[in-house]
Parts: sequence; structure tokens; C-alpha cells
Amino acid sequence: MTVLVPLTLKEALIATSANPSAQIIQGGTDLMVEINFNHRKPTDVIALRRVNEIRNYEISADRSRVTVGAGLPYQKMEHGELAELFPALAQAARTVGSPQIRAAGSIGGNLGTCSPAGDALPVLSALNAIVNLHTATSFREISVHDFMLGVKRNARQPGEIIVSTTLPVIDGWQGYAKVGVRNAMVISVASCCLVVDRNVGAIAVSLGAVGPTIVRCRETEAWIASQIDLRKVSAVAPNLLKEFGDRIASESKPIDDHRSTAAYRRHAVATLSRRLLTRANTQ
Amino acid sequence: MIANTEIYNLTVNGSKHEVRDAWVGESLLYVLRERLGLPGSKGACEQGECGSCTVIMDGQAVCSCLVMAATAIGSEITTVEGLTNDGTLTAVQDAFITEGGVQCGFCTPGLVVAIEHLLANNPEPTDLEIKESISGNICRCTGYGRIFEAVATAVSTRNAGR
Amino acid sequence: MSSATQTSTRREILGNSALRPDGVAKVSGKFEFSSDLHAEHMLWGATLRSPHPYARIVSIDLSAAYKILGVEAIITNDDVPGKKTYGLIASDQPVFASEFVRYVGEPVAAVAADHPETCRRALAAIKVEYEVLTPVTDAEFAILPTTAQIHPDGNLIRHQRIITGDQNLQGEVIVEGTYELGMQDQAFLGLEAALAIPDTGGNGIEMYVATQWLHEDQKQIAACLGLPLEKVRLTLGGVGGAFGAREDISLQVHCALLALRTSRPIKMQYGREESFYGHVHRHPAKIWIRHHATRAGVIQRIESRMVFDGGAYASTSSAVLINGITHIQGPYKCLNATVDGFAVRTNNPPCGAMRGFGVVQACYAHESQMDKLATACGISPVEIRLINAMVTGDKLITGQVVESVAPVARCINETNSIPMPAALAKNADPLEIVGGSGLTSLPHNIVRGVGWGVSIKNLMYSEAFDDFATARCQLQDGVVHLKYATVEVGQGFVILAPQIARSVLGVDEVVIDPVDTRIGSAGSTSASRQTWMSGGAVDGACRLVRQRLFEHIGKKYDVDPMRLVIEDTDVVDMIGDFRISVTEASTGVLIDETFEHHHRPTQELDENGQGNCHVAFAFVAHRAVVDVDVELGLVKVIQIATAQDVGRVLNPIAALGQIEGGIAQGLGLAVMEEIVLDNGKMRNPSFTDYLLPTALDAPQVVAIMIEEPEPQAPLGAKGIGEPPCISVTPAIAAAIRNATGRDLLRVPIRPQDICF
Repeated sequence: MTVLVPLTLKEALIATSANPSAQIIQGGTDLMVEINFNHRKPTDVIALRRVNEIRNYEISADRSRVTVGAGLPYQKMEHGELAELFPALAQAARTVGSPQIRAAGSIGGNLGTCSPAGDALPVLSALNAIVNLHTATSFREISVHDFMLGVKRNARQPGEIIVSTTLPVIDGWQGYAKVGVRNAMVISVASCCLVVDRNVGAIAVSLGAVGPTIVRCRETEAWIASQIDLRKVSAVAPNLLKEFGDRIASESKPIDDHRSTAAYRRHAVATLSRRLLTRANTQ
Repeated sequence: MIANTEIYNLTVNGSKHEVRDAWVGESLLYVLRERLGLPGSKGACEQGECGSCTVIMDGQAVCSCLVMAATAIGSEITTVEGLTNDGTLTAVQDAFITEGGVQCGFCTPGLVVAIEHLLANNPEPTDLEIKESISGNICRCTGYGRIFEAVATAVSTRNAGR
Repeated sequence: MSSATQTSTRREILGNSALRPDGVAKVSGKFEFSSDLHAEHMLWGATLRSPHPYARIVSIDLSAAYKILGVEAIITNDDVPGKKTYGLIASDQPVFASEFVRYVGEPVAAVAADHPETCRRALAAIKVEYEVLTPVTDAEFAILPTTAQIHPDGNLIRHQRIITGDQNLQGEVIVEGTYELGMQDQAFLGLEAALAIPDTGGNGIEMYVATQWLHEDQKQIAACLGLPLEKVRLTLGGVGGAFGAREDISLQVHCALLALRTSRPIKMQYGREESFYGHVHRHPAKIWIRHHATRAGVIQRIESRMVFDGGAYASTSSAVLINGITHIQGPYKCLNATVDGFAVRTNNPPCGAMRGFGVVQACYAHESQMDKLATACGISPVEIRLINAMVTGDKLITGQVVESVAPVARCINETNSIPMPAALAKNADPLEIVGGSGLTSLPHNIVRGVGWGVSIKNLMYSEAFDDFATARCQLQDGVVHLKYATVEVGQGFVILAPQIARSVLGVDEVVIDPVDTRIGSAGSTSASRQTWMSGGAVDGACRLVRQRLFEHIGKKYDVDPMRLVIEDTDVVDMIGDFRISVTEASTGVLIDETFEHHHRPTQELDENGQGNCHVAFAFVAHRAVVDVDVELGLVKVIQIATAQDVGRVLNPIAALGQIEGGIAQGLGLAVMEEIVLDNGKMRNPSFTDYLLPTALDAPQVVAIMIEEPEPQAPLGAKGIGEPPCISVTPAIAAAIRNATGRDLLRVPIRPQDICF
């Protein structure tokens, strides 16, 4: 029974390689709930909270990409340079739990837990983020779409650490919206991230909490790109807007549970996506 | 690398405390309350949804129920017991009493710590900043009205005193 | 309304915002809640609970659990030495399930071990074989004659009718509806906890427990332990809120049994999930109601059928039912009634007391009806309520005459005088708009609505219960000691009692002795009763002491005791110029008096629901202003205006705290709080999924306290705890209807109820 608290990424990687089945803990905001509720009883733990290398972000020299450390707390994304580059990420970060949770929780934890309600995940999906996984001896990049496999299932292999995600800086509008039944500190009933790339005239729409994992609405994206010129900011005709939402809803795969109903979730993502598209084309 | 098996040290309210024979899954909240004799931090949800266990750790207000205690070595932890060291009350604590911000009092230590943290970083918060900063601290008794009043009073007391 | 420096110059007597004597300890983390208690050589206790809503226990195998290092004792039904069941009204709930489990979470066994984690492992190692049975989870189904009975006492806990006046009257205007309420949880923050310390020799026990009623706990625990009352001594452990959920026994008997079995102190405390299983909830209810009125809107007759789902055990269901049916007319005149009420046993979690106690359910139904009636008669929600407003001297549908001060019209009018909040600004901060930082809505998505709710609430216990409170007052050397068993759950009796003593006796220093069973009962901290009952007892004891002080002074200084009065901190002769400080006058003497306050007797209802069953009533009006994103069905409550009949304000800040806190709980029931059940199983026993209002959900509250002293009440003050949470729920529902045009026949109102 051990707890290892590595101080460098190298130490962390050596530790995970030596004990691939050890439980990795980032901010603790998911894992400790499972332990407190008696759903998980770890014996060996590797805690990443003091690995400062993964609690930063780095902008590439040409400012086309940003690599966000897996342990960077959400709080640090809400304002400042990262928020300017990724408004949708900032907006999603601000909806995560409470200020106390945002001081501890991180993208690494969201990816590691891989809940479909993870607030940052629709943003990573819409931005086509790359997840950077390391072992002591190797490194691989994997698209976030391939990384997220299902409800609380991901492509991380034993011995690997989620070190960072790489996000492209996109010239265009991006936004995030989330429905919950309370006006703060609420788990998503449905969420939506919409990103418009004005340079290439493309759009990305990703949905949270309406499927086993994040739902990327590629068919609707292609359809709306064929209907309107996304390189320009111009009002979307009401009939197109309606159909856009309807198509988004039909791509979602929600279920009934104690938080909401499938029908409401479909309605919610239709509404949120219409509102975000409207905002994108008026702001 | 720091490795813990049976013994580790935590730095709480400026002093080092030794923790022995702990189970690995113990939260910082449990260790503070049950092993270190610091029961001021309260547990009411075990999942970061109520804020009663709020402590300041390395300058951040966090839920101690979601910190694995054995990973908190090397961190500076301040609990409600450590807000003052001479037994006097802070302006926030005083205002909670005078404005009726305390009823059953179970949420109070966590709220006091969260508000101390807010005011340390933002001495003149707007009403919305106050509300957002304590939106993770559930109070079931007061409906928050007297708590908002207490924060307003604490802000003016602190700002008058500087 | 308040000031930080008020106490230095003003005496903390009745009418002032005296400060909490436990405030310093509570803000500095030093107040000892029951979960903070420790004892040398203490063990931890934990409870094994049923995973099934209804099953027969085939066998229980403890052998593997006993093999775990650190496990000291495991107990089941076989180990209960005394009475095997307990309960507040009917003793129908097993300490541990024996043959059957009847709800998910019912205790089956308990363990004592050296660490909470050892306890959890031991619980996991207990093997219980169940024969799973089909649960009865629908209250209407449960009382069909063909349904199998799930308990020896039957599925019907109580049936009561109210039949009065013309049973055939048909109004010119008739409106009807069926209204439902979900199961609400009290969700106090300080989880259930107790510390039990066995006497040496093992034939008695000292318990520190968070409860609402020490003597009732003592009685039930002693019966189950098979010990005489005096062998079970209870002291109040700090209570982190209650709201009704601590009126029933939860872990008390288990904790005591483990302590007696191991001869070691036992600490038990629930986690949040276990707390949802471990205490009773607010009854879900289904209420059909039809109003007959004149074209002008005057109510002539009500018909109603009310079904309360009591869950697996009776708890206080029969009393909740009586509150429900006797308040279904609301604070309105009505002469003719046909009411049928059922409290029903099912395999759902047991339900019992929660703030508002049956009246919350009735009020949601009658207030929803009042708006329908207003619409049908073409008048406003305010007009329909004023036309029908009850006054002192009116006869209720039970035949009881309202003797209380009844300022219903004044509550409505004063609430109506409160200014409306400003309109939502076009450039409002997202946090001021529905959805908050979720950025769901922009100002143009929002529709504002206004709604009303008015209620009547009985105070104290009803139906012939001999409800009393005891207090002892000792005066010596200018210092008063108060002794009582009145439980402080946060409501502020701890502030009020010294205020009373200071006012009556002219002292400043008041010491409250430990709250325990070493004095007579104070009754429960519930039913808005402690200010009246224990306040009356403290007041009575202090008056007796004052009388004896006057007699002492009379003798010693040769003045007429009949002419002495208290003036500030002095005793003065009303006519002559004699004056002496209370401190000087009481130096060297000890005056010690105990007083029991009883309220006037009440009666049980007869078979037609007739009888003077209630003691007194309080009234309140609420007006809610809400913003609704109609398309997404999301709600933000902007303002609650309220005027409450309080009798007399004894502590303005404490009173306002009760009003604001009650409103938040009523808001929760209106738009977010519900234990979601699926075939008897709770789907959301956690604070992630059982949502409570946060600071960003709290509306602006504008409160007016109407002071018309109540002649019956010892201090002129009515209980104020429950009314704030009662009519605010229907007011919010009405405001949402106003914004959306939807019927909204069920609370909590969910997004999908609004947008589809």
C-alpha cells in the first residue's frame, strides 16, 4: 500500500511504468468521490498534484496551437490569455462544479474519468484536440475522438499518463452553453460547444451528456456548411436555424435518467445549438 | 519523489503534524477531523457539493473531502482553526455573528474560509462575485440573505480598517 | 435592519437583535456538533441496509464479517433485548428487520469496529440471503382492497374524512384539479451522529445525540434496550439543522446497543447517502380538489381527496394527514366541505415530519385552485384571496373557531405593497439571468411571471396531545441559570431564552445549563412550537423567580412586594422611591423555580372530522417574481415579497433568518428538490443529484413582519418557523404558470414540464 507523489513528470512516468495498475489521481474531484462513497478502494496511488510541468500551458511559436497541461486547474482557464484564445474552454471551465472544484479539477481528470457530462470534453471534441499520452519510454498522440471510448471508458493504457492536450487556435467564433436545473454548481443535463472556423468556413458542434460519450455532430456540420457561408458573419434564416437544431437533436443519443429525460435532452441540445449558432453569426 | 506508506507529515495552520497508520483512501477532511484533532472543517456530502469542508491549500480554497490526505504532503493547509492565532475573530467571523449569518452553524466554518479566501484575493467584490464565490457552499438554514449581509459588513469593516 | 455595533449599548432583551451565544464557537469551528464528539477507546458503528424495497430475509451469515480484524460486534434483530420496534405514534418500525425488509435502506444489522473503513468491509462481508418480493410503490394501488398487505398493521395508516355543511351544494362556478408533490428531503447539513458511552457494569448508557426531542428519544431507546428510563441519559450533541428529519429515531438504538454489547463508547455517523436512507422525508401527495363558488368568487364548498404516501412505516403520517385535510380550505372562509384523506403504507422510503408538516401539500393544491377560481371569475389573484380571506372568529371546516389573531387580508395587502423588482436589464450579467454561467439564455429568451400564495398553518401539536415544555430558572448573585431540554437546531432558542430571562428578571448574565434529560421534557423542536411552548416555560419559571425575589425584597426592606416591578436591571417600587439592583437584591440568595407550560387542550377529530383539534394558527402571504426561459424550461426566482403574521417580533434578525431560510426551502420544492424514486429505489441519494438552492439561486427577499400580538401566546409571539416555506412553493408555481401559460400540476416543476 503506497502513495507516490512525484515532483517531476519523469518521476511520475517511472512510477507508473513500475506499477502500471496503480491508481493515478489528478485533482481528486472524481476519484475521491468514488472512494468516499465506497465504490473504489485503491491500494497503490500515484498523485500528480505536484508535477508542475503538467500544470502549465504552452503556446506554440507560431501561435497556432496551445498545449494545455493535464493538471492545469479549470480556474486558470476562466480568465486571461487562455480564455482569450479559447472562449469556449473558458466558458465550460466556469461551469465546472464550484470555485473549490475549479481550483482542483483539470482537463486531465475530465479525460481520465471520461464521463459524458464532463464539462470540458465537448470543447475538446469541437476543437479536435489531441491527447498526449506518455509512458517512461514512449509517447503517443491520439485524437480526442479516438480517446473517448464510452461511459467512463477511454483509450489510456496501463502505465500511460495523460500529460496534456493540444488545441488548435481557430480564427472564428466559439461558445459553450450548458443546461442544468440549478443556477450554479450543477452537473450538465445537456451541453453544447460550437466552433466556427471562419478561414475555412467550417463548423464543429459537440454535445455533452446526450450519449455514452461526447457526441460530435458531423452530418449536421456538413449540412449547415453547405447551406450558409460560414466565412461570413450573417444572420441565419429561421427555417435553417430550426432545421439545424432538429438535425443536431437527431444526432444526439440521450437516455432517460434521474437527471432528465431523453426527450428533454434532445430538445435542449437543439435549442442550445440554435442559440449558439445565432450568437456565432451575430457576434 | 515523495513516497508514503505508513507515516507522513502534513503542514496545517503552520505546524507539522505526523499521520501514522492511516488508510490510503482517507480524505484530508477525515485526517484533519479524526487524526489531527481539528474538527472545525465539516463533512456534509463527501463529494464537493456542499463546501462545508473548505480549507485553504497552497493559496486555493478547496474541498478537503476531495483531497487524498496522503498526497497533501508539502502543502500549506489552513483550516478554520488557523484563521487567527490569538483567539480574536476576523471581520468575517464577527460579521457572521452580528448579521445573523449563523443558524445551525454547520456550513459556517466552510463559508468563513471561502469568504476569507475571496476577500484576500478581491477585497471589494461585487454582489455577483460574492454569490459566485460561495455558490459551492450550501447553507440549508439561512437562505443566504444574512450571509450576503455578513459579507457586506465584513468588506466595509476590513476596508475601514486599512 | 442590522448593525454590527448594536450590542454594546443595548441590552439583549426581547425585541432586540440579541446575538447568538453559540455564535463565536460556530464561526471559529469550535462548536461541538454531535459528529465532532470523541471518547477514549471509542469504536465506530455502521449499519447494513436492505438493497430491496420488499423482500423476505431467508438467512443472515455473519461468520465472514466476524473474521475481519478490528470487528468487535455485529448485531441483528436477535440482539435487541427490549421492544423490537419503535415509532413516534405507532411502534411499527423494527430496530432491525427480522422477517421482511420493507424499503430500500431498512437496517438489517450493525457492526462495531476500530475504523470506519473496517466497518465498511465488515458490512460488505455480511451475507444476507433475500427472497425478493414485488414491492407496492403506488399509494393508490396500496389501498385497493385486492392488494396484499405489506405490514401486519395493514397498508392503510389512517383514513379521515371531514364532512360538514351542505353536501350537495353546487356553485355557480366550479373549478377542479389534481395536484401532486414529489418527495422532498430535509437535507440538513449536519449528518446524523451520536456517541454512546456505556455505564461501567453495562446496565445503563449515556448518549450524546443530535435530535429534535431528547425525551421522546429517551423513551424509545429505553424501551428497545429493555432498560428503565433513568438508565438511559441523553445529552444534546450539537445539531446541524433538522427541519423534521430528526424527530424520528435513526441511529440511536443501534449505537446504544453496540455500546452495551462491546462495553466501549461507540460513535456512529451517517454519510450523505446513508442519511437519505436513514431519515424520513416529506410525504409525496396526490390531491384532487374541487371548489364551488359564487360568480363573484366567494367560496361555498370544497371537495377533496388527499392521498399521502407514508412509505414503509407510519412515523408521523397520521398527524401529517390530519394537518393536510384540516388545512385544505386554506386561509379562506368556507362552510361546506367533503374531504377524504388517506395516509398510506407502501414500500417507498418512510415519510414523516418536514417543516410545514402536511400543510405544504394542502397549500400547493388550494393555492393552485385559487388562481383557477380567479380566472374563472374574471378577477385577479389578489382579489380572489381578499374576497375569501378568513378573519378571527371564522369557523373552520372542522367546526373549530379561529380564535387566533388572523390578519390574512393584511398579509395580502402588505405583501402587495412591496415594490416589484426592476426589469431584467438588456445588458444583465449572465449570473443575473437564468442558467447563470451556463450561458443558456440571453435576456430576450426570458419571460417574467408573478404569482401568489397565501397560507394558514397550525402551531404546536394537535388532536388531544398533551403538549408541554419544562424550564427551570435559578437566580443567585445577579446571575440566572436556565435549565431545559429544549433542542437548539439552529432556530435560535438559545438566543431567545436569555432574552426572556433578561426581560423578566432584569439581569444581564444568563447561563444556559447543558441540554439533557435531567429535567422534564420540552417537547420537540418542531411544529413552530418552541418559542411558544419552551418560551412560555422559561417565561413562567422566570416570573416565579421574580415573584419570589419581590417577596424576598419585601421582607428584607419592608416594601410591598405587590408594588415592585423590574425596570432595566433594577427592582423599583412603582409608587415609592425604593430602588435596588437585581444583582444586589439577589446576592447571597438562591431562588430556584421550575415551570411547565401547557397549551390549552385540543380534541381528536370525530368520524366526520369535527373537533377543536388545533391550538392556534399563523398566516402568511408570498408573492413570487420569476424569470423563465420558456423554451428551455429553466427558472430563476427573482424576488419573494412576503408579509407574515408573527404576533410579536422577539428578535428581528433571527426572525428574518427564519423567513429567508424557509423561503429557500419552499423554492427548492418548487423548482429543484425531489427524491426521484424508481420502483422504491432512490435514484439520487447524493448532493450531486438532489439539488439544493445555492447562493446564486437565492432570490431577493423583502419581508414585512406583521405584529398583532397573539393573546393566547405567552410572549404574544407566534411560531414563525414553518409558514415561510409553505405558500412560497405555490407562489413560485403560479409565477411560472403566469410566465408560461402551462398548467403545472406537479412540483417540483421540471424543465420538461414547462417546455413540452
